[in-house]
Amino acid sequence: MNMIVCAKQVIDPEAPPASFKVDSSANKVVPPQGVPPVISTFDEQAVEAALRIKDTQGGKITVLSLGTNLLREVVKRPLAMGADELILLEDEAFAEGDSWTTAFALATAIKKIGEYDIIFCGRQAADWDSGQVGSGIAEILGLPSITLAKKIDTSDGKAKVERVTADGYEVIEVSLPALVTVSNELGEPRYPKITGIMAAKKKEPILWKPADIGLEASQVGTPGRRTKLIKLFQPVHEGKCEIIEAESPEEAGANLATKLRESKIL
Amino acid sequence: MAEYKDVIIYGEVTEGKLSGITTELLGCGRKLADELGCKLCAVLIGSEVSNLAQEAIVFGADKVYVVDDPLLKDYQTDSYLQAMEKVTEQATPQIILLGQTSVGRDLAPRLSFRLNTAATMDCVDLAIDPESKRLLQTKPVFGGNALAIFTNESNPQICTVRAKAMPPLEPDASRQGEVITVDAGIEPSTIRTKVLEKVPEEVEGIKLEDAKVVVSGGRGIGGAEGFKQLEELSRILRGAVGATRPPCDNGWVPAGLQVGLTGKIISPDLYIAVALSGSSQHMTGAGGAKTIVAINKDPEANIFREARFGVIGDWKKILPAFTDKVKELLAQ
Repeated sequence: MNMIVCAKQVIDPEAPPASFKVDSSANKVVPPQGVPPVISTFDEQAVEAALRIKDTQGGKITVLSLGTNLLREVVKRPLAMGADELILLEDEAFAEGDSWTTAFALATAIKKIGEYDIIFCGRQAADWDSGQVGSGIAEILGLPSITLAKKIDTSDGKAKVERVTADGYEVIEVSLPALVTVSNELGEPRYPKITGIMAAKKKEPILWKPADIGLEASQVGTPGRRTKLIKLFQPVHEGKCEIIEAESPEEAGANLATKLRESKIL
Repeated sequence: MAEYKDVIIYGEVTEGKLSGITTELLGCGRKLADELGCKLCAVLIGSEVSNLAQEAIVFGADKVYVVDDPLLKDYQTDSYLQAMEKVTEQATPQIILLGQTSVGRDLAPRLSFRLNTAATMDCVDLAIDPESKRLLQTKPVFGGNALAIFTNESNPQICTVRAKAMPPLEPDASRQGEVITVDAGIEPSTIRTKVLEKVPEEVEGIKLEDAKVVVSGGRGIGGAEGFKQLEELSRILRGAVGATRPPCDNGWVPAGLQVGLTGKIISPDLYIAVALSGSSQHMTGAGGAKTIVAINKDPEANIFREARFGVIGDWKKILPAFTDKVKELLAQ
């Protein structure tokens, strides 16, 4: 099985909300101090989905990351988890793109990679939460796509996918090649082993610039965008929490119940 | 070439009726259409959905495009995309709205790439710019830490709308409208997927979305065992149990209990948050609660910026005492 996984480096979505700052005058996020970026949550699960197939059937996993200022220890995490190859689309020209430019660049890179049976993407990036790139890549490449996957099994040139729905899940079959977007219901991704981390340190990623994959300046980053960001801001938040105190945690618990009763909430 | 004119909303059907999201989209679409001076259309795609066209009119549509075909019985990307393309060719809308549902999340992006336009997903506000007459598309980003407003130059402008973000109109049985049947004309061989099975989630007791009281646990619960205490409390309060993403990803509780950006969005009267930090992604799901109460050992936890009442400390000591007192008070 030849598998491709698209993985994005993002600001850590688990950083405390209090550390999140927006520069409204520039419509930009101010990266939180001292909090390193990570691989987007659902992309890590996309890597896990590929690894589960590799565990049982073998195969090759190529990870593709597009962005700027890609920290090697961050983007190499999929390698440390067990992926085989890493290709970076890293260039200032890629900056400030949108779902269209990202999907187009990734699809173009995938065309250059050439051989694949299945492409995995996270269901949405944990920064802009758009959830379009996977479907966009599939549309550009003319592939069938299945979104919101929580389980993927492959055999005989077909994939059987469990897809999350509003009231449960559905089981969908598709002939490969296909693209699947992965949701967190797939489960926790594996932690890299020490041996994996050491091996990943020695692997050099392949670097592609827009010209290497035949992309023109007008097709990538800001010039290529189909959407325009008019405003980015933080909603004003007024929080007033009454902390119930007591001599012991047990007493505080009881006092909380009494308070809720007094306030007619219970 | 026909100009891009009307507003179209994608209607979803649940158990033989228009889904809540459909009426919400009609409410939102009506406002936009009135401001633009154009028509509001609904599209119903499926099998045996024609009878619901009138209901869409009652809830605000001027026109309903119906694509009714046995091949469309189950949602599948390839077939529904073709059906939408057909309708869009005929209707030439300037705006298409879908729900941010498992269908909308699948159909909207692919449709926007197919039509060479752009989509903005999970909008919580939509407005017409008074000068440009373009759609101002507001959506939460960075897990809910910020809001972004987007526009796009291409037509149609496609958006998915978050559930419960927009109010539906009052149904008006006297409303008149036009029903247009569109032939799907789908070649079965062009549908590249096959739905093998549909598995409904097993819900014990009250559905999370309907519960007036929800007791929710996070990573701090530590395992499936801990959730039993939350279940007991929710039973006493006649509510439901919820969870953040980590307990679900770890398999401590079923995935259907997840409340949040990629889980369920709920608005109970009372939300008891136990050992959960209150991340923005989670608060996207729980923020609609009338009253939030938090128990967490970390005084810096974000949940204390969201809650009305809180106790700082070990939930394992606080919760049993809280539950006992609740039992006592409710018995009075």
